[in-house]
Amino acid sequence: MPDRVYRAAPPGALRVEPLGELTAIFDRRSMQTHLVVPPMPEILAAIGAEECDAATLAARLAARFDFDGGDDVQMILAERLSELAAMGMVARA
Amino acid sequence: MSAVQTFVDLLAGRREASTLEPRDWDGVIGIARSEAMLATLAHRLEVADLPPTVAALFADQRAAAAVAQRQALWEAEMARRALAPMGIEFVLLKGAAYAAAGMACATGRQIGDLDILVLATDIRRAENALLNAGWEWVKSDPYDDFYYREHMHELPPLIHKSRDRMIDVHHTILPRTHRITPDALALVSDAVTSASGFAVLNPADMACHCAAHMLADGDLQGGLRNLWDFHSMTWEFVAANRGFWDQLGARARLHGLQDAVQRAARLSRDLYGAVLPAGWNGPETTDCWFRQRLVARDDWGRVTRPLLEQAFYIRSHWLRMPPTMLAQHLWTKWRKR
Amino acid sequence: MRHSIRIAVGPVHFRIGSDWTQPIAALKQLYVSYPQDEARPADATVRLFAARPWRRWVRPSVHIGGDFVVPDALPLPLSMGLLAAEMGMNLQVALGWRRHMLLHASAVARDGRALIMSGESGSGKSTLAALLGEGDWRLMGDEFTLIEPEGGDALAFPRAVSLKNEAIAEVAARVDAARLGPLMTGTPKGDIRHLIPRADAIAAMHEPARPALLLFPRFGGEAAIESMGEGEAFVRLTEASTNYVALGEAGFAALTRLVRETPAFGVSYPDSATGIALVEQLWAEAAK
Repeated sequence: MPDRVYRAAPPGALRVEPLGELTAIFDRRSMQTHLVVPPMPEILAAIGAEECDAATLAARLAARFDFDGGDDVQMILAERLSELAAMGMVARA
Repeated sequence: MSAVQTFVDLLAGRREASTLEPRDWDGVIGIARSEAMLATLAHRLEVADLPPTVAALFADQRAAAAVAQRQALWEAEMARRALAPMGIEFVLLKGAAYAAAGMACATGRQIGDLDILVLATDIRRAENALLNAGWEWVKSDPYDDFYYREHMHELPPLIHKSRDRMIDVHHTILPRTHRITPDALALVSDAVTSASGFAVLNPADMACHCAAHMLADGDLQGGLRNLWDFHSMTWEFVAANRGFWDQLGARARLHGLQDAVQRAARLSRDLYGAVLPAGWNGPETTDCWFRQRLVARDDWGRVTRPLLEQAFYIRSHWLRMPPTMLAQHLWTKWRKR
Repeated sequence: MRHSIRIAVGPVHFRIGSDWTQPIAALKQLYVSYPQDEARPADATVRLFAARPWRRWVRPSVHIGGDFVVPDALPLPLSMGLLAAEMGMNLQVALGWRRHMLLHASAVARDGRALIMSGESGSGKSTLAALLGEGDWRLMGDEFTLIEPEGGDALAFPRAVSLKNEAIAEVAARVDAARLGPLMTGTPKGDIRHLIPRADAIAAMHEPARPALLLFPRFGGEAAIESMGEGEAFVRLTEASTNYVALGEAGFAALTRLVRETPAFGVSYPDSATGIALVEQLWAEAAK
């Protein structure tokens, strides 16, 4: 599952509401409610408007959070992106 | 006047909502619910003069139908995300197609499973792509499974693991064992792209499929709603293109669906007041059985003529299979119960 | 249908039809003081029917239907026809109502503010609500509470309260016998008896109340209070709502606002008296 590239949801599609330890996300396109915990909200915020793969995401997150953008992190992020795609919140580009 | 006749008259515009007594609404709403057409009625009567509680109920229904339609179109989008990377093209059918194409009959329409049409050669790859993307088989018994694969025009139903919604993948629009065999290749190759980006059947094929689904495929369950779809779409197509009836006639002949399409047209004239061109108004004495079956509900929403319902169940199966196979199928079905 | 009755409960107007007279007669007695409006169109339809014509008389068993039917549901004997009617009303509202967010919760109100208790059968939410309703609280409902999506108010849905097993004696000791329906034994949930809400609760059934406290009661075990975060309350309430999904973004907004604006607690209690004391304690703190 190496370098899959993903696209974020268009602006306004996701309504993100933090609720204490959880974040509730309503996808206006699917009418689905997703309940997620870190690092999902952070990943969604970091994807941005252009297409993005796990490597790019790792670098962006490393700039804001305290870990090194090494291979392990990339693999983890690739899995998370795949889960977000299954939920429909990002799409494979 | 029966509640079902009042309901049909309201839809057809032959009756004003303001002429109903408060208690008439119980029957009309009951019929509408049992035909899965309450939101359709609510849209039809959006600006009518209604008792306040009926107006409020109708507003609820319109809002709920809009939510449900988004959910249904999302299923189409997720199917696209699963199939496009494999190069598998598909055509949306029925409710999802009407919604994707922004058609009038989609307004307030309840959409059930997602129905898509793929080329017969793509069916195995489509199956795999969907299974990999989170769909799984609906649990069934081996006989039903076998029946689906061998004789029906679709894969056994698939349901998505987390979204819990079904998709039906067809490779033709009537079962392989059916007496009539529409031209599936033509349906796909002559499909058109709707504004939303999804492929849908071209107008004449869409009307053919609607008639086939109602008359040649089903046992007339949901008949009033399917007939309303046919009525609404043919009206819309004719308004955009005066040559539509001729095109419809030609396509119906190509698919061997002339009888179904002409009967659907006559029924939409008889129930909903459609105006048909010359050559489409032919008298057909067996229409009366269909009309009776379509309006066989009382004002508590119950089917009033169960024997007639049975007759149609057997008829629809008779159309789908050769008689010896029918006997075997019905016997197995009965034994299992 | 042969026998029928129309009943208005909160914003919902039911028409209930039956192949037998007994369930209708029982409903007439329970709902005698509810508003009657023969002319108003029905919002929801319940049908109590025999599967075959002869089953009206031979081993009569009542199937529950109406706008919505649960396929393969087991029927009830005619002796429990009233229970079938009440289940039918729950079913039609749970599956069909779209104007408000439905929570599987009881609610009582004081000074225009609502205490909402969400829980499964057996949590004690109905019993607690009934007992509080006999004190200085207004009973809003024992089975469903409605939340208005626009403004967030709680609306009452005060049906006859369904008391089960030990709760029957506990409540019967405090009320006039005329407010109790027939005792039904041997039901799938044990003994059941219905309590007619107090007259003032019925009269006030259209008055909204502002949600002020959200409790998740658990009957049995030591008295305990556990504060509940917004996230957990949100998840539990989505599980307790039959129409959350159908409401789309309006439902999401309503539930988000409810959990953010209303303090939530899990409460365990060994008996009703303790339960009520814990409720009053939490209410007093929430009022500050």
